[in-house]
Amino acid sequence: MSELEAGGENRRGFLKCMTWAGTGLVWTLAGGVPAAIGLEAAAATRRATPFSFVQVSDSHIGFSKPFNPDARVTFREAIAKIAAMPAKPDFIIHTGDVSQLSKDDQFDDADQIIKTAGVPVFHVPGEHDVLDEGQGKAFLDRYGKGTKGAGWYSFNHAGVHFVALVNVINLKAGGMGSLGPEQLAWLKDDLAAHGPSTPIVVFAHIPLWALYPDWGWGTDESAQALALLARFGSVTVLNGHIHQVQQKVEGHVSFYTARSTAFPQPAPGAPGAQPGPMAVPADKLRSVLGVREVSFVARGQTLPIVDQTLA
Amino acid sequence: MPSLRLTLRAAAAAAMFGIGALGVGALGVALAQGPAATGVNIDNFSFSPPTITVAAGTTVKWTNNDDIPHTVRAVDGSFHSKAMDSDDSYSFTFAKPGVYSYFCSIHPKMVGKVVVK
Repeated sequence: MSELEAGGENRRGFLKCMTWAGTGLVWTLAGGVPAAIGLEAAAATRRATPFSFVQVSDSHIGFSKPFNPDARVTFREAIAKIAAMPAKPDFIIHTGDVSQLSKDDQFDDADQIIKTAGVPVFHVPGEHDVLDEGQGKAFLDRYGKGTKGAGWYSFNHAGVHFVALVNVINLKAGGMGSLGPEQLAWLKDDLAAHGPSTPIVVFAHIPLWALYPDWGWGTDESAQALALLARFGSVTVLNGHIHQVQQKVEGHVSFYTARSTAFPQPAPGAPGAQPGPMAVPADKLRSVLGVREVSFVARGQTLPIVDQTLA
Repeated sequence: MPSLRLTLRAAAAAAMFGIGALGVGALGVALAQGPAATGVNIDNFSFSPPTITVAAGTTVKWTNNDDIPHTVRAVDGSFHSKAMDSDDSYSFTFAKPGVYSYFCSIHPKMVGKVVVK
């Protein structure tokens, strides 16, 4: 376990706003929190009680290889770890690849497991979640209530604006992740309602920066999305897809990818490697799987992020 | 272009030999080689061979040898597989001549081409 990026000069603080109504009705929270607040007001109402949320990713329910014959087992361990956290997170964000093959029973199993954490869950699809004939219809029917387009949405929580993006639909031959013009237009409108002092958390499955384009580890229009985010003082980008922790800071934007709960993948560009499952000895598996806790405290523009393995 | 002439002569000779050898099983060998030429393997996140040339009416079969799912999807949308898990395969018959570019919709860096003559 290591705590990353806990520093940073605070000019804004966070809102002392506890109007979160998260009792399982995850779609009811958007109206509950003031979307934006002036700089002075924000500083004056610095949060007394910090909150946290958890990111899980790439559960790949249905994955079955000798080194991890049942991805449900490791997903259960991950969720048990969350349930046992000393400070209960306000919610879980699942950054995609819930399933291995978009099958109903795989989604069902994932849902049964994740609900044992007892907190609301927010989803974005991974490319493995849109393999049904409807190219994502099964995922949207299950998780997409109240979302736009291919499943993108935003919500506010305790003064923080969360944006869920979908970059696994309509991928182009030879390309990487894709947001598409419709989603970019929506993002522009969505962000317009918020002042530059609003902390922003963006989450999507495929990395939103060019992490390793040769393996498709990036998003074609990420520069356009980041241009829309440039005026904000604190932007945290959370992604999955690559099954390992990578991070990068660019101006006020901090990028993080998360571990999988099912299997690891090689380091970007590792010689002779491909961006697929990396077999590991059974006694090492849990040291390369994990979950991430993200905390909001009143002391920095960069959020304290703790990655925990399942070991 | 001596090499081309040589190739043509060799082909002609092979054709004559083939006709002459019908009765001794050479045709069987030729047929056995046919299906092998219309298969595309998916190994290590690549289509192999990346470009395959076939006659109109040929059925091309893709087989996923990777331990992660892949798909085959035409750039022009004219054909697409379901997700192929490990060892799954997908076949498509190309009726009309043309150049068909395709990719894996899960890993779009994986691209290939079918040339139908």
